[in-house]
Amino acid sequence: MKLKKFFIVITIYFLTITNLYSIEPDVFVQSTVNRASKVLSENLSKDQKIEELKKIAIETVDINGIGFYTLGPIRKTLDQNQKDEYLELFRNYFLKSFSSRLAEYTNPEIDVINKETLNEKYTIVNSVLKGTAERPEIKIDWRIYTKDSDNPLIRDLIIEGLSLARTQKEEFSSILNSNNNDINFLFKTLKDFYNN
Amino acid sequence: MLKKILLILITTLALTLNANAGSDGEIKLKNNPAEIKDCSEGFNRATFALNQGLDKILFKPVASVYRVLPSPVKTGVSNSLDNLSNLVTIPNNVLQGDFAKAGANTGRFIINTTVGILGLIDVAQYLGLSEYEKEDYGQSLAKAGVGPGCYIVLPVLGPSTARDTFASTANFLGGDAWYNVTVKNNTHYFRDFDYYSSKVTAGVDFRAKNYDSIENLEENSLDFYASVKSLYLQDRQQRILNSKKIIATQDDSDWEEIEN
Repeated sequence: MKLKKFFIVITIYFLTITNLYSIEPDVFVQSTVNRASKVLSENLSKDQKIEELKKIAIETVDINGIGFYTLGPIRKTLDQNQKDEYLELFRNYFLKSFSSRLAEYTNPEIDVINKETLNEKYTIVNSVLKGTAERPEIKIDWRIYTKDSDNPLIRDLIIEGLSLARTQKEEFSSILNSNNNDINFLFKTLKDFYNN
Repeated sequence: MLKKILLILITTLALTLNANAGSDGEIKLKNNPAEIKDCSEGFNRATFALNQGLDKILFKPVASVYRVLPSPVKTGVSNSLDNLSNLVTIPNNVLQGDFAKAGANTGRFIINTTVGILGLIDVAQYLGLSEYEKEDYGQSLAKAGVGPGCYIVLPVLGPSTARDTFASTANFLGGDAWYNVTVKNNTHYFRDFDYYSSKVTAGVDFRAKNYDSIENLEENSLDFYASVKSLYLQDRQQRILNSKKIIATQDDSDWEEIEN
């Protein structure tokens, strides 16, 4: 009897804890953009901003997931060593590309306005980047991977309906197609980008 | 002249009769960016390089000046260009069988051209006519079930598809009232210059609005040509489907694959 009670208490405890740490995708996105906005509006050098943005990206973006998605069907033909090498190269490429793109913005204001749950794994969070004198308002949607509700992760940014992950995938596909699907050429291209 | 009228009539009838030829799923599949072939990639890349050169020496410098103009000036120019584009959008609303939108856009055009001082002020949006989506003859052909054909990069004009390039000739065969009153017919009110300058201004306006995005994309792309192609075809698919829903432009099976 005591053991039964103990298990019930333990179960309730874990359920409560799980719910306590579960993060809603829209709250997650708003807090992430707030963190990025804070970095961008601080009086830091461009290099410092890039380093801070990289830290945020490592915590909030599913870089490996995006990496495999953008690689497309060729992923299935790679051995484990090639996969490991690719993930490392992609991670370096992604962080450099992502942070230098964002670092150009100064104090961007992004408001989360809605969310749409696609299934248990994905939620789309809708937001707007407020317009300035130089550019119009931009709609940004975030594909959030919610399989682990305690640790949601960004898998795609959809700007005015255009998916960045999909664009990246088609870019990699073009590089591979132009070079007889030789994965080493993609590795070399990623290395060159990172080193320049 | 009679031949041209007949040609337009036949095209119009053919499109109207086939207006429901393609279901949304079929249209989506046909216009899936990944399925559109780049039949002349070498030629397209050469044209793309030429356009990049033109952009560097012409459009980019002009756009960089244009974007620092006061906001009301840029908004006014942008509104006027949108207003003119109604002259192609309205017939295409009709061709696609969307008579409600054709009516709303006609209302927009009349109000903005008169009360809005030649379209400079978007008065119609304050009267509840706020949703404006451009339509063209390529979109109408797509809605009729015509596939996009090969991807093409046109000199100066940029990315397109075989279908959209073919369809754009309708603008010069009487399908664009703005072209008709400026270039085609001598109305004494407008000149050829008015038409061509409006097209160049539209190009500069687009370049200025996307100035940072284009620079950023070019700087961070591994293959800029492929990135532009992908973005153009995604945008085109979305316009054809008239859908703002993200799930309409995303294929979840692509994401499911990486779970395995």
